[in-house]
Amino acid sequence: MTPRKHIPLSRTLLTPVVSIVLTLILGAMIFGLLDYNPLSALYEFFVAPISRPDQIGDLFVKACPLIITATGLVFCYRANIWNIGAEGQLIFGAIFSGGAALAFPDWPALILLPTMVLAGMIGGIFWAMIPALLKVRFNTNEILVSLMLTYVAALSIDWLVRGPWRDPLSFGFPLTKMYSDAALIHRIDVPFVGMLGQLHWGVVGALIFSCVAAFLLSRTILGFQIKVMGDAPRAGRFAGFNPHVTTIGVMAIAGGAAGLAGMVEVSASMGQLQPNVSFGYGFTAIIVAFLARLNPLGVIFAGLIVALAELGGDNAQIVLGMPKVVTGVFKGILLFMLLAGETFNRYHIQWQRTGNKLNLKEK
Amino acid sequence: MEALILTVLLTSVPLIFAASGELITERSGVLNLGVEGMMLMGAVSAFAASSIFGSPYVGILAGAVAGALTAAVFAVFALGLATNQVATGLALTIFGTGLSGLVGAPFVGGTIDGLPTLAIPLLVDIPVLGNLLFNHDIMVYLSIGFIVIIAWFLTQTRAGLVLRAVGNSHDSAHALGYQVLLVRFYAVSFGGMMAGLGGAYLPLVLTPHWSEGMTAGRGWIALALVVFASWLPSRILIGALLFGGITIMQLAGQARGWTIPPQLLSMLPYIATIVVLVIIARNREFARANSPACLGQIFIQNK
Repeated sequence: MTPRKHIPLSRTLLTPVVSIVLTLILGAMIFGLLDYNPLSALYEFFVAPISRPDQIGDLFVKACPLIITATGLVFCYRANIWNIGAEGQLIFGAIFSGGAALAFPDWPALILLPTMVLAGMIGGIFWAMIPALLKVRFNTNEILVSLMLTYVAALSIDWLVRGPWRDPLSFGFPLTKMYSDAALIHRIDVPFVGMLGQLHWGVVGALIFSCVAAFLLSRTILGFQIKVMGDAPRAGRFAGFNPHVTTIGVMAIAGGAAGLAGMVEVSASMGQLQPNVSFGYGFTAIIVAFLARLNPLGVIFAGLIVALAELGGDNAQIVLGMPKVVTGVFKGILLFMLLAGETFNRYHIQWQRTGNKLNLKEK
Repeated sequence: MEALILTVLLTSVPLIFAASGELITERSGVLNLGVEGMMLMGAVSAFAASSIFGSPYVGILAGAVAGALTAAVFAVFALGLATNQVATGLALTIFGTGLSGLVGAPFVGGTIDGLPTLAIPLLVDIPVLGNLLFNHDIMVYLSIGFIVIIAWFLTQTRAGLVLRAVGNSHDSAHALGYQVLLVRFYAVSFGGMMAGLGGAYLPLVLTPHWSEGMTAGRGWIALALVVFASWLPSRILIGALLFGGITIMQLAGQARGWTIPPQLLSMLPYIATIVVLVIIARNREFARANSPACLGQIFIQNK
């Protein structure tokens, strides 16, 4: 393998497309092996969920938490910090913002919503700071700590909505009180079109968020620092960048983003806290970040594509009786393909036969 | 009390398998974060095989093969195509979770006959200890056997030395003429087989049914256990028993009607993992002593 000196833009854009196509082919083969009709499965997965205009709106809604969370993760992965606990940070964002919404039901939306946004981000940052500080202070592995904290977060919200925060009038269901109207993110009334499915203002926020992040990463010294610390930590240290500060910074960005996603998701789609506020968005966002090739603007498109697979999973479950986890098969293969694509993109690969085995050989 | 110790022992078996397999993988310099996915594939294959063939022993075999095959997928990408090991491992877990759910869908709600216990003659008659140590199913004996063999293999055999060399300095090992990628492929496959066996133990013994994601984070705890054990096989045993104890303590606490909410008790294994990681990482010399120097680093052949 030889590193390529120059990677043309066409190659950069082509890799995700080729990866998606290969994923579809491999996915169809697996369906075929397991006695499902591959073509109808692919149809139910990737075509049926967006065959009506209002479903396009729903696609954006599904992509919303993925886009916000993945945008934050991009910062982590660019800095070579492996935060895989965004799921837990998202849940804590939901808990903190939910706490604010339930504590101040009388506040007007103009004050309450910003408070909730802030609370959600603080919740996510709080949860992300645990692995970040432990890594900086004790050099613990952030992968394992952030992941363990995801389980703790899931159990925390389960405890809250079944215990102290349960609505006494919920007939024993594990639900909190409904948020006041001021705490809800409303649906968008698109001019001349009306409501587009569940399309809500949080989606607009997500798109703005990604654009701001793209600016931060490509046009500011902060973004430069993150990229240098990820690509060449030694050079970064010589340049005077502090690796500890970078670690804490990117974890805070990722945690804050995930917390925000949790706040938006609950406030726009649920209106109250429940045991499952997230359906693996934090994990799926990892794939979104990679599909976007760690580019915040790419995250928007990647989020929509992966959201389609998520909706397809729901649809396939209803129409074909497949278990919901099937989407995981697609998501896993997609991530494999993307990573392999990265290798083909970065290296010139020459297949060479020595003896009876294949080698990757530098030219 | 005896029953309690027995359950602790059984709960730790999947962790012993998965963690000691991952230990070999990591000693060769490869970090495979896909343990959870490999365990799930092992679990579903073991359940499917034993409900189709009616024998839990076929299930054990199926679990081992499925785990190794799943690991081979990881090897193709992480070794063959030199992809980032962290991300590839994550992909493997996501993939394994999804595929196991798909494969296992027809088996949800079914039950199988668990593994029978095999009492070791004479030894089982020793008072108290006999029943605790020598009256188990075959996989308990296997797990202890594997720990002993792995410890012997790593320190006493030439192949073990090569494995450690590859893990500590792949460039030197390569210069000496060892097939770095081949050694790593074997190590990754072995790790997968062990994870598969660990996964197989769940439906074959602990809970005789299949449910999606039934490993519930055990794969990740196994990864933490390798760090806890500072890459030494014997300490895996201690660590696994410790975590088995914490898990059972939480269940026993719920059964005895402790007033602490069950969710808070269920957090214990995960919080304990974090605490242990911190304690280990604080002592740098201890943490680094046996840590493979090339862990997670990409090796490109014929550079």
